[in-house]
Amino acid sequence: MKPATEPDSPARSKVQMILRVNGESHDVAFVPHKTLLEVLREDMRLTGTKHGCELGECGTCTILVDGVPRLSCLMLGLESDGHDIRTIEGMAGACGAHPLQTAFAELGAAQCGYCTPGFLLAAEAVLARDPTPSRATLVEELGGNLCRCTGYLKIYEAIELAAARMQKGTPDA
Amino acid sequence: MRNSDEPLSPERQGLRDQLAEGYQMIGKSPIKVDAMAKVTGQTMFADDLSMPRMLHCKILRSHVAYARILSIDTSAAEALPGVIAVLTGAAMPIPFGILPVSQDEHALCLDRVRFVGDPVVAVAAVDEETAFEAIQRIHVEYEKLEPVFDPTTAIENKQEPLHDYGDDGNVHKRVSMEFGEVEEAFAAADLVLEDTMFFEGNTHLPMEQHASLAWREADGRLTIQSSTQTPHYLHKAMSKVLEMPPSRVRVIACPNGGGFGGKSDPFNHEIVVAKLALMTNRPVKIALTREEVFYCHRGRHPVLMHVKTGFRKDGSMTGMHFQSLLDGGGYGSYGVASTYYTGALQTVTYKVPAYRFDGVRCFTNKPPCGPKRGHGTPQPRFALEVQLDKAAVALGLDPADLRLRTLHPAGGITANWLQVGSMGLGPCIEKVVEASGWKDKWGKLPAGKGVGLACSSYISGAGLPIYWNAMPHSGVTVQLDRGGGVAVFCGETDIGQGSDTVLAMVVAEVLGVDLADIRLTVADTHTTPVDLGSYSSRVTVMMGHAAFQAAERAREVVARSVAKRLEVPAVRLRFAENRVFDVQDPENGMPFPKAVQVAEAEHGTIAMAGSYTPPASPGKYRGAGVGPSPAYSYSAAVVQVDVDLETGVVAVEKIWVAHDVGQSINEMLVIGQVEGGVYMGLGEALMEEMSYRSNRFGVHKIPSMLEYKSPTTHEMPPVETFLIESPDPNGPFGAKEVGQGPLLPMMPAVANAVFDAVGVRVDEVPVTPDKVLKAMQAKDKRYGPKSFPDLRITETMRVKTLEQGGDGTAPRPPRAEKQEVKSS
Repeated sequence: MKPATEPDSPARSKVQMILRVNGESHDVAFVPHKTLLEVLREDMRLTGTKHGCELGECGTCTILVDGVPRLSCLMLGLESDGHDIRTIEGMAGACGAHPLQTAFAELGAAQCGYCTPGFLLAAEAVLARDPTPSRATLVEELGGNLCRCTGYLKIYEAIELAAARMQKGTPDA
Repeated sequence: MRNSDEPLSPERQGLRDQLAEGYQMIGKSPIKVDAMAKVTGQTMFADDLSMPRMLHCKILRSHVAYARILSIDTSAAEALPGVIAVLTGAAMPIPFGILPVSQDEHALCLDRVRFVGDPVVAVAAVDEETAFEAIQRIHVEYEKLEPVFDPTTAIENKQEPLHDYGDDGNVHKRVSMEFGEVEEAFAAADLVLEDTMFFEGNTHLPMEQHASLAWREADGRLTIQSSTQTPHYLHKAMSKVLEMPPSRVRVIACPNGGGFGGKSDPFNHEIVVAKLALMTNRPVKIALTREEVFYCHRGRHPVLMHVKTGFRKDGSMTGMHFQSLLDGGGYGSYGVASTYYTGALQTVTYKVPAYRFDGVRCFTNKPPCGPKRGHGTPQPRFALEVQLDKAAVALGLDPADLRLRTLHPAGGITANWLQVGSMGLGPCIEKVVEASGWKDKWGKLPAGKGVGLACSSYISGAGLPIYWNAMPHSGVTVQLDRGGGVAVFCGETDIGQGSDTVLAMVVAEVLGVDLADIRLTVADTHTTPVDLGSYSSRVTVMMGHAAFQAAERAREVVARSVAKRLEVPAVRLRFAENRVFDVQDPENGMPFPKAVQVAEAEHGTIAMAGSYTPPASPGKYRGAGVGPSPAYSYSAAVVQVDVDLETGVVAVEKIWVAHDVGQSINEMLVIGQVEGGVYMGLGEALMEEMSYRSNRFGVHKIPSMLEYKSPTTHEMPPVETFLIESPDPNGPFGAKEVGQGPLLPMMPAVANAVFDAVGVRVDEVPVTPDKVLKAMQAKDKRYGPKSFPDLRITETMRVKTLEQGGDGTAPRPPRAEKQEVKSS
């Protein structure tokens, strides 16, 4: 261990930016080479976004950028300037959970729950484009998200249940 | 829930009567108690934690497969601004390991590295980037040793042994035992089949990479929060290596982002961050990269197998000789138990009157293998179920009929002295045969299409603990508060399987309260009674019994007081819908909180404990500790495939699976486990493999999620699941395991379906397109290993079977050994 008098911190200059996350503007300072995933998790403490590889291979860190699913591990925090970011923390509102969240819980689509935020946001984007997706559409659209617990089957069923409820306008009944 | 015949107290009889009238919770599918936290991103996994002044740890790992460490120069790393501490193995000379017989790991290597990825130096720095820069400035001088990468070479013992213990040289463990007279059994057979098969290693690939955060409390105690499936065993290992009394070490297991066995060992990085936290007096966190997780491994052992089985014309077996050679990797891990497990459960599905097992595990210079879902049993199950398919073809029998004719009887004792309880494999087979239209498909589909059938069984918890002790395997405390809340404490760890929910449901069933009134404190060695961990499919059965007992004792106290107050016999009281009332006059009762208050006024604070110890096994020979279980689950599956005749690509079109779970506690979670097991088995069957470049010093070929192929949505077929429920006398409410068993039939069912589709045998897992094509081009229409090495067995322990009048003991133990492995 070193004596306390030595400099014990590397100089890392940060950039300051306004990030628009979950409908709110945040003034955030971060090291400029950080990925958006790291900025969200480490500088904003929004740990709901998970990481599985940090190489763009597993889909776990999926977030929505202007409504489009993006891998936050492959984006720099700087690139989010001027964009609307949505993370899992923004999915449930004051009046309760999103129908997708309710359906995932009800049908056991979240086992360990680690890939779940990424799947939920990817699913939200699917439903925004296609409110009644076929099973084939779900297979295609979710092909970039890995889950090791469920075999994907409960995830499909939960999205289909949520889609049906959203069509009927009954969020969770 | 009890074995003795002594009369029950009126309060307990009342509970039996209440349960007999129908369950309130058990078998239903309420949402998991942690589901909303998981779908809203609020669940805190280990890497989601952070603390003020927290340091970040990185570990420098060996880039060579086998070498002596000559020197370590850390001066440049120490000089880097932001580096707070640098740690080498010399500071932690005490070895550890999961099994008492193989305490062969060090938190950081002392004098030798044994695989690419072995940890050598650790750094704690103010941020992750500085720690990463620092480890690159460390210079380790190695003297390379000749590595060994496969067990068929390792068994020759021409290299310098990896360890100074084991059976001889690089043979870590050699086992040989015979139950009954196998050679006589072969002589009496109408058909004797001999097959050599290979099951490639694969890994758990949990979505969450391992992470740990450790800190020293103000009073000097040490706390670690970690992604571990076995906080109790980590607690023991940390206490040992860090030389701190267990009472001053606190291990909290975070919810695991998937485990599958990959977080069951105490890990070097966990001990390293704890040591760094003690050194720096600051919180220290490590989060492994995906590549590091591949090298941590402890996954499925590659196993080369030779199986010789005698069959009668009707398909029944006369005897079996099973040999397995395990590629263990660089350390012991669970390997001794894994070795036994490759020979343990062949006997619990079908009647095997005489049985011999020879097993050898070798050390090799690769990441250590250990327990992955099914621990040591999927490999032999593959060999056995594929051979049964061959036997059916040779005998002109339908593979389903052959299996149905030769089922092991329920309640019987196997040749190797395992006590079978309930046994629902017959109904499982019948269900999938009927649902899949097997009779119209097997041997009848057009070329390229085929169906395959396979079965399996798995333990519902190991009958013995990992380290010898006479204490319970699981403990639960239930504490009632005046507001009607129920606080439940248990050391169990939820790794996604839903054990928290099972715990809450069992207590809710007994006390008749809502799940929302139950508060769980779990997986914390400071506050919860020991549960041995989430491994060996043990939690539902063992924790379930302990929870039932604790809740029953709490209910008894409440019922006694309420009976007095209401002036009705306690046997007539029912606990349901948050009330306690007279079953003959339901209006006569009180809300549950009021009942607690009445009881607390009479008896004082109500906090009751329950615990569970599995029943003794009839097997008493050396090695009988691996295989016994309170109950065995059974599964059967039919897989339908479409094999591309040009490319050899196997597309699975549909899977039908039936699982004998005894009794579902939460049906939705049971089906989730079946589907998840099917998925994971399918990945093993078709694509997953750990492969290394032996010409490049044992570097992993594909340590990334892109290149280590696992099934995506595109590869996952529809699955039709059937549950067979006939309560097992040893299960809580009759429940048996479901977490591991349904994975096992997938690999053989796929291989058998490929045979039905294109008439070739791929005697190797995974069944990849190149192997299918090679088999189609081969003269013998087969792809697989050609030979099996001499295991150099010098002595075989002989145990008489029950039929021979044996008593479960071996008359002449071959030789004394240091310490016996109990189980895993």
